[in-house]
Amino acid sequence: MPKPDATISPLPHALSLAMRPLPLWPLQPLLAMFVGRIRTRHPGMFERLGEHSQKRFGLKPTDLPFAFVLEPKPSRPVAVATRQLPSNLDARISGPLGALLGLVSGECDGDALFFSRELHIEGDMEAVLALRNAIDSVGVNLLGEFLAELSPLGAPVDKLLRGHPPQRPYAGNARKGTQPWN
Amino acid sequence: MELICPAGTPSALEVAVNAGADAIYCGFSDETNARNFPGLNFSREELGEGISYAHRHGVKVLVAINTFARAGATDVWKRAIDDAVGAGADALIMADVGMLAYTARHHSSQRIHLSVQAAAANPDAIRFYVESFGVRRVVLPRVLSVPEIAKIIKEVSCETEVFVYGGLCVMEEGRCSLSSYATGKSPNMQGVCSPPSHVSYREEGDKVVSRLGKFTINAFAEDEATAYPTLCKGRFTTSHGTGYIFEDPVSLDAATMLPGLRDAGVTALKIEGRQRGRAYIESVVRTFRQAIEALEAGEAIKTGSLIAMSEGQMTTAGAYRKTWR
Repeated sequence: MPKPDATISPLPHALSLAMRPLPLWPLQPLLAMFVGRIRTRHPGMFERLGEHSQKRFGLKPTDLPFAFVLEPKPSRPVAVATRQLPSNLDARISGPLGALLGLVSGECDGDALFFSRELHIEGDMEAVLALRNAIDSVGVNLLGEFLAELSPLGAPVDKLLRGHPPQRPYAGNARKGTQPWN
Repeated sequence: MELICPAGTPSALEVAVNAGADAIYCGFSDETNARNFPGLNFSREELGEGISYAHRHGVKVLVAINTFARAGATDVWKRAIDDAVGAGADALIMADVGMLAYTARHHSSQRIHLSVQAAAANPDAIRFYVESFGVRRVVLPRVLSVPEIAKIIKEVSCETEVFVYGGLCVMEEGRCSLSSYATGKSPNMQGVCSPPSHVSYREEGDKVVSRLGKFTINAFAEDEATAYPTLCKGRFTTSHGTGYIFEDPVSLDAATMLPGLRDAGVTALKIEGRQRGRAYIESVVRTFRQAIEALEAGEAIKTGSLIAMSEGQMTTAGAYRKTWR
């Protein structure tokens, strides 16, 4: 097997160290707003989860000194920041913050991150797959959408986080015939 | 040559359309298609909306109803066929002879493509489907070399479609029972190969160990790319040593074979991966659209840009270029 070829650069270690003493409480209302907005704007995402909406997911950015617990219940989704992931989770997903954000924005392919060993998954694989597919089905950058609503600075911050310009639609579509097959 | 692209969700369909697909293939959120994974696929309403979006952009939509109908539950498959036809599907991709007969009888003007799951790999088999059910196109199994494909095309009256990128089933498409043996579920009947409900990846010492049901499939060292937990691409220890007995964990990438496939008379090129995310769809579809344009312009085809998307971060030309190992 070849050596895994990483595609995401982790945050500088010094930044992670500098964030260690910071309190987590300012993050909690932002996370509540984030999942609340998704529920309002994209209810179909939670419906796609089916039975897995009752599961508890741990998300651990390996380059940050904290983690998140997500409970994507359609009626009342919850996301909280925590220093340590609890043991009673159904699944844990860990990787650099850039990889986790890339999944949320739809700009990274989960399988590719897994092949390259940048994403580590433990626990209920079916639930993780359902969550990945549900997030991907939304078709918009969830974090970018939230940041843009939050503040005028949101759009530039999102652009900075994402780093990739959107691709232009294929121009050849306009030349395609519309002759029906049936 | 047409470019046929996968979509596991409505948003993936839009991405594929915008990246340059000529046609999209997708399925309903149930066991009637061979990618029946959690959180994936289309509701009836989503399919209708997806077809409208695609048609507005001059792109066709093919609906895969390509598992084998379960005894006592054929209504599930017949309903899927009726609903796909009603939604305006440009073609149905099918494998089960009973469901093919149902479609030919009840929706005689509906275009039918023969799924790779039917494993029709010789002119006689293909002719049977064409003459019996009016099949207009056959998706050839990934077991044929380019010269073999060329010979088949000379002997059949229908169009042909071949896979050019993505997950690679080895040798036994539509007839494989490995997943069923290990988990009780298979792509042929339930639409899932190595269902995630039976998969685990665990860190054990300095290795990540993948398991499918009771079977250990692989143990990846820290400096190795990982792969899917499929039995056909597992690393096993036998009296001959430890290694990949059936196939390495790789993805098919036939970009270098496009000139040969065109010369053989292939109608359409297919990308595998309805279970993959939007980023994969965008990247792979755009890359192959550019490859087709380069081919048509007589320019060199760029290769190697899809390694990161490939299983095990490796690619192969598969059976298209048969060599001894």
